[in-house]
Amino acid sequence: MPLTRAQVRHVAQLARIALEPGDEEFYAEQLSGILEHIDRLQQVPTDDIAPTAQVVEVTNPLREDVPRPGLTQEEALANAPAPVNGFFRVPSIQEEA
Amino acid sequence: MSELTELTIAEAARLLRLHSISVAELVTAHVERIAKVDPLVKAFLRATPEMYEKQAEAADEKLRRREGGPLTGIPLAVKDVLCVKGIETTAGSKILRGFKPPYTGTAVQRLFDAGAVMLGVTNCDEFAMGSSTENSGYYPTHNPWDLDRVPGGSSGGSAAAVAAGEAMIAVGTDTGGSIRQPAAVCGVVGMKPTYGRVSRYGLIAFASSLDQIGPFARSVEDASLVLDAMSGHDPLDATSSDRPNDVRKDFDKGVKGMRLGMPREYFDVEGMEPGVNKAVREAIKALENAGAEIVDVTLPHTDYGLAAYYIIAPAECSSNLARFDGVKYGMSVQDVDNITEMYMRTRRQGFGEEVRRRIMLGTYALSSGYYDAYYLKAQKVRTLIKRDFDDAFSKCDAIVSATSPAVAFPIGSKTDDPLSMYLCDVLTLGGNLAGLPGISVPCGTSQGLPVGLQVLAPQWREDVALRVARAYEVASGVMAEVASVA
Repeated sequence: MPLTRAQVRHVAQLARIALEPGDEEFYAEQLSGILEHIDRLQQVPTDDIAPTAQVVEVTNPLREDVPRPGLTQEEALANAPAPVNGFFRVPSIQEEA
Repeated sequence: MSELTELTIAEAARLLRLHSISVAELVTAHVERIAKVDPLVKAFLRATPEMYEKQAEAADEKLRRREGGPLTGIPLAVKDVLCVKGIETTAGSKILRGFKPPYTGTAVQRLFDAGAVMLGVTNCDEFAMGSSTENSGYYPTHNPWDLDRVPGGSSGGSAAAVAAGEAMIAVGTDTGGSIRQPAAVCGVVGMKPTYGRVSRYGLIAFASSLDQIGPFARSVEDASLVLDAMSGHDPLDATSSDRPNDVRKDFDKGVKGMRLGMPREYFDVEGMEPGVNKAVREAIKALENAGAEIVDVTLPHTDYGLAAYYIIAPAECSSNLARFDGVKYGMSVQDVDNITEMYMRTRRQGFGEEVRRRIMLGTYALSSGYYDAYYLKAQKVRTLIKRDFDDAFSKCDAIVSATSPAVAFPIGSKTDDPLSMYLCDVLTLGGNLAGLPGISVPCGTSQGLPVGLQVLAPQWREDVALRVARAYEVASGVMAEVASVA
């Protein structure tokens, strides 16, 4: 089924991707084209079929919980765009009252 | 000494052990080859002298002490999605420009431990999403056999580097065909192992249930040696298997008495080029003449593979790429009023068009109200596709087909039509959905450009895929060649 521009806005918000002028039309058209192909999945009868999430033979492997060295604070922050006093700095997460 | 850039591992190892050449000379020959041809091919994003100078010296020292193994001193190129400590690693994306990983991933570390020498970082489609390397956030790579054409993708830089004699071996990743398809269209050997054979620790994730790391080389034996060195259990990847590493078992035993299945659907896919069909059928004939029995098999859900893949892979990518938010690493848009605006503008500017398209598609498929219709449905179809392969492998030891339905296409010819680009992977993505090992080996040309024969084997039977591919090399006398690059 084709994607509407309102749906594109909703999905972009969920995906945390800003939309610039022209993006809504672009995604609506391109994603609708891809979904048109994907819709053929609905032709396959799957009522009694279990889903496959992964094909690994090992499930839930356990190990001893032994402490081992991890990254230092300096290493963890080395690539941060805006480190401050040993923290990741981010813009305000709450509106001012 | 240009022939130093045309050697296989076995040939180079022999010369190194005889001290006819040094690792320093071998590496210098490759660095000079890169300087000469890479301005045209653009296989590399970055050279890494800080790696190869020290590693070459250490390898020469080992050889002087008569130590080391087959990979000691072998020049290696690494795809830009595999973390190497202190070396800028960007997944072909502007959003990670400047990122220097604090650790080296297991697969690459194992190659370093085996003595391989890292020449540089190779170009790829952004976050490994693409079939042409045109989606790189930096620049497209060119096919060494025809510079106006793509090298395939997403590991196009790794394939092109090996095809152009810029590296003897390379590593790439394969989520839907991203090793096998570029190997095919660049005329080299490329292999995707069984899911879980090679640790993914230190791989920048695209679709975690499909991604695997694997080798590029100019002979099946070289590919087997690189795979052998990378394989095995890693406590840092819970999906890696602790099965014994037997990938090189019976490598040279030939195909006499083996049953090779030809899935009729794989010879009738949309966009199958007549010249590719012909080259692949001749290759299968050569295997038959070498003693294999050719049997018809069927993979009835082939027509639904692409659709299932383009729900599952984008869904996983939309989740994996949530971490690129401008906080911990990489690009960050800072002139914002609040954190949501920072996330949204950083991701709009940092991700390229295809990555945004797939994140949007995956987010939609996982969103409330659509999950059952798309994601759950695709997972159920994945079950059916896996069963198709199980049934086929009850009738044959390995499956043979083309790797890519067409040869390398002209740069720019598919960029406006994502679906036509996705169709490049129609013969390879089934192997990822089912977790199978698969190899592409050069098998002649169509329109004067390389064609690849794909061999798929049951899970954990890399030995079978390698053995069939090796038998084809022997039977046909066709070996990967180095492109002269005009």
